[in-house]
Amino acid sequence: MRKVLEGSHAVAEAVRLAGVHVVSAYPITPQTHIVERIADFCAEGAMNARFLRVESEHSALAALIGASSMGVRTFTATSSQGLALMHELLHWTSGARLPIVMADVNRALAPGWNIWCDQTDSLSQRDTGWIQLYCETGQETLDTTLLAFRLAESVNLPVMVVLDAFFLSHTYEPVDIPDQEAVDAFLPPFRPRIALSTAAPCALSQMAPQNVYMEMRYSIQQAMEEALGRFEEFDAQFDELFGRRYGAVEAVCCEDADIVLATSGTITGTARQVVEELRAEGQKVGLLKIKLFRPFPAALVREVLGPVRKVAVIDRNFSFGATGIFAQELRAALYSLPRRPVVLGFIAGLGGRDVTENVVREIYCRARDNLDSPPTDPRGEAVWVGLSEVSDGA
Amino acid sequence: MELDVVDREYMYSGHVACPGCGAAIAMRFVLKALEEKTVMVIPACCWSIIAGSYPQCALQIPAIHTAFETGGAVASGVRAALDVKGDTETTVITWAGDGGTFDIGFQALSGAVERNEDFLYVCYDNEAYMNTGVQRSSSTPYGAWTTTTPSREWKKMRKKNIVEALVAHRIPYAATASIAYPEDLVAKVKKARAIKGSRFIHIFASCPTGWRMPSEMSIKIARMAVQTNIFPLYEVEGGVRYTINLNPRGYLVKEYFHLQGRFKHLTESDLDTIQQMVNEDWELLQRRAMAMSA
Repeated sequence: MRKVLEGSHAVAEAVRLAGVHVVSAYPITPQTHIVERIADFCAEGAMNARFLRVESEHSALAALIGASSMGVRTFTATSSQGLALMHELLHWTSGARLPIVMADVNRALAPGWNIWCDQTDSLSQRDTGWIQLYCETGQETLDTTLLAFRLAESVNLPVMVVLDAFFLSHTYEPVDIPDQEAVDAFLPPFRPRIALSTAAPCALSQMAPQNVYMEMRYSIQQAMEEALGRFEEFDAQFDELFGRRYGAVEAVCCEDADIVLATSGTITGTARQVVEELRAEGQKVGLLKIKLFRPFPAALVREVLGPVRKVAVIDRNFSFGATGIFAQELRAALYSLPRRPVVLGFIAGLGGRDVTENVVREIYCRARDNLDSPPTDPRGEAVWVGLSEVSDGA
Repeated sequence: MELDVVDREYMYSGHVACPGCGAAIAMRFVLKALEEKTVMVIPACCWSIIAGSYPQCALQIPAIHTAFETGGAVASGVRAALDVKGDTETTVITWAGDGGTFDIGFQALSGAVERNEDFLYVCYDNEAYMNTGVQRSSSTPYGAWTTTTPSREWKKMRKKNIVEALVAHRIPYAATASIAYPEDLVAKVKKARAIKGSRFIHIFASCPTGWRMPSEMSIKIARMAVQTNIFPLYEVEGGVRYTINLNPRGYLVKEYFHLQGRFKHLTESDLDTIQQMVNEDWELLQRRAMAMSA
């Protein structure tokens, strides 16, 4: 059934279709539309789930850790400060190997208070052992949420579905809502590998001394590596059933490209338009959309970007004292190639500032005209676009 | 009162508690009262260690070890999952120390009982962060030495009255209990098990290591805490109906304090002050019990 839906509601529809058993959430803008819609589903009987209205994001994830340990399908959603508050338990979830799915609506971190789009909230959780999937459109958020459950439950790792604040969470687009029957064919009932039971008592997450801790950590990494292949497998199955696939990365016009723009989230949609226009003008430009951030699809990235002369990464995030985070990841992935492209980092759109076609075009032109070799000044590794003059004094 | 428990043990003897540990004694009796249809949530506390390291476990019931401040929230999720599966019979119990209850876990506990989650929360109280080496908590009593309240800086604040804080949430059942009175403790756990909604039991669990006393004194000290009115045994139903379960013989508090190294710096005048504080609290409790008896 095709409907005009907000990105938030597309996530909620997927959670309903996935037959989630326990939902737990705490309000934070701009995530609230997701859980409000789920609360409606529960109240109307469209979902047969327990909805826990807890007193903090920390407790929202803690409650799901309890529920998931009992072997039921679980979901929560949050943003920004809420995700930061969950940080301790993000590590806990992956360490306990619980397949919890969460939607994070990318919102800027305070101060100053800013409710608008910025990826630093989710990207600063990159080392917590969560699989992270970034979305570009409303349809993609629905599809990715369904895929997230399949992926999480196949490797016993938690999955974060990431969508841009407002540009995606609050934007209405036509979205195809699949039939329950088709979803059931893609996502079978949850068969947990971990489920506490009074019939066979055991302990979860207990003391793990030096003789076992490293092995436990290594098994998480093995699961992450397995997730790369699983993602491709489920993405292909999804395509067979629904006629849509996304790829861990998507390369647009990259085969003969001289310069490739690397993007994630909704900036990708704008960049697609710009690339089309530039191609019409005869420019040899391509686009690489990165959907899967953890595990990082390094082999795919090398394959696409290896032959390219320059990569211009647009980061709507920043790691203070270093560079944009996607740029770091791409540089690290490409470094082992004998011949590698120059990777140029551009910081744009922090705190919800609009990244228009003109901004993307400007980034392309700067990459093409001004920067032919790796910048010798480290500040050149992250060029802040559209910045008003700021004093560096306190 | 008779000790009404099964012969079966739900705790293995190979646990790693210190000799004389009140928390180990408390666990043994609580599990005998609850039996096998029980899932336990253990936030960081002495019992995170006592239960043993992977792959061993001293408990014969399923248990989830979890982060310090999550006792109320993880139990809420366990309950929700059991309910969804149609299992309303299994008891969900959170087993937390005083740090995880009075301090860092207080928000999650308050949230869970405000929602009247159907679970039993047990705080075994050894009056400081014993697992990390005897640091002060908001449960540490007035007058006590700890490693973060050393020498002249001994704690000059009252112990937080956790039961009254829970009673203020108007939960179905809140009670105190002591390892020195196992009949009363077991009866309360069984009573709590049969009640729906949020239930809270505050168990006084002496700690020879942290209280600086010989391990064979654990039970005697716990009994003295009750008999001096420092830790009265009572229960509150529905947040209003008070019952005092034991009328003490009225020992002076100094008889309790003199047995423990953690109070040895206190002067006679300090002890008089504490006696007055204990008398006040006891009178207050009696007034409540009189005005709102079960």
